[in-house]
Amino acid sequence: MTIKLLLRDKAFELKSGMTLRSSLEKAGIPLESVLAIRAGELLTEEELLKDGDIIKLVSVVSGG
Amino acid sequence: MKCRKCGAKAVINMAHHKLALCKADYLNKLPEQTERTIRKYRMFVRSERILAAVSGGKDSLALWDILWRLGYNVDGLYIGLGIDEGSDYSNASQRCAVQFAEARGLKLIIVDVEGEYGAGIPAMSRTTLRGHEKPCAVCGMAKRHLMNRLAHQGGYAVLATGHNLDDEAATLLSNTMNWIPGYLLRQNPVLEADRPGMVRKVKPLCRFYEREMAAYALLQGIEYIYDECPFAVGTKSIYYKEILNKMEADRPGVKLNFYLSYLMAKENGLFAPQADQEAEMLHTCPTCGQATTNPGECTFCRQVRRIRIV
Repeated sequence: MTIKLLLRDKAFELKSGMTLRSSLEKAGIPLESVLAIRAGELLTEEELLKDGDIIKLVSVVSGG
Repeated sequence: MKCRKCGAKAVINMAHHKLALCKADYLNKLPEQTERTIRKYRMFVRSERILAAVSGGKDSLALWDILWRLGYNVDGLYIGLGIDEGSDYSNASQRCAVQFAEARGLKLIIVDVEGEYGAGIPAMSRTTLRGHEKPCAVCGMAKRHLMNRLAHQGGYAVLATGHNLDDEAATLLSNTMNWIPGYLLRQNPVLEADRPGMVRKVKPLCRFYEREMAAYALLQGIEYIYDECPFAVGTKSIYYKEILNKMEADRPGVKLNFYLSYLMAKENGLFAPQADQEAEMLHTCPTCGQATTNPGECTFCRQVRRIRIV
């Protein structure tokens, strides 16, 4: 009963049944710094993540 | 979470505005809001020619897309910086800008720093005391110089850049932490062309969060360079953005409030014009005609001369 968060070359495996916001908090990823995509669809932070979900995180912070 | 406008499934929640929107409403909202910003700060009008500086990244391509959709007369400018460092960064960025322009039938001006001056940015920075560890200072200087020169020579009314709210808030935080009065006085959505050789500069995205711009680019299907510049790792601007994002998580709206309150405070006279001593002592570079803080050639022209000697 897990989900996966993928951010660049890192993967975070977490319990399913939490919201995206809680999952990001658990993984120590600031919500403001990423967008989350599941099966090509952008997710809001209140979306519930279900068993087997693979969430691609897109970093939005650029610098220079 | 439902879209506040139509009740469909929301794809983004802008907590600082307490506004969740679906894809269609979000893609309408951003151009509308950009139009409001353009009018509020009197950036430009439809009869004027605009040059958008594009890097191939999400913000600048989204800016170009929005201005084009709003019906503005806007060309793009891409500056090839010659940054490779094993990642093919500049070539990949250029491909994104070219594909974007071709898909929409827009005019893209491409300038290659190495072709023009005989050295790309990393090589240029190695011939100077600036940027021994990183070429970011030389890169910023060269981009500012070239963008200004090409916009001026091309007869454009304004140069538009894709600076977003996070860029502006991070710059403001950095300038505040160091109390740099000149920079604090000059940071504006519009920089007037108040010197000979200088072009008017505008930042139509200055009220949008970086996350909102990334969402717009993704939802609009804009292919942008996702990889970061290899020299951007550990830069001060990213450090300040990360701090501000931690604050934003606890207090939604803190970044927007920080920036807008600063603009308002400045409008109300918080900073005295004489605080900007550099502006009072600006000279004209005899080689390129742009403004410079010291008499004689500007830093960029001296840099170019040094490369040609080497």
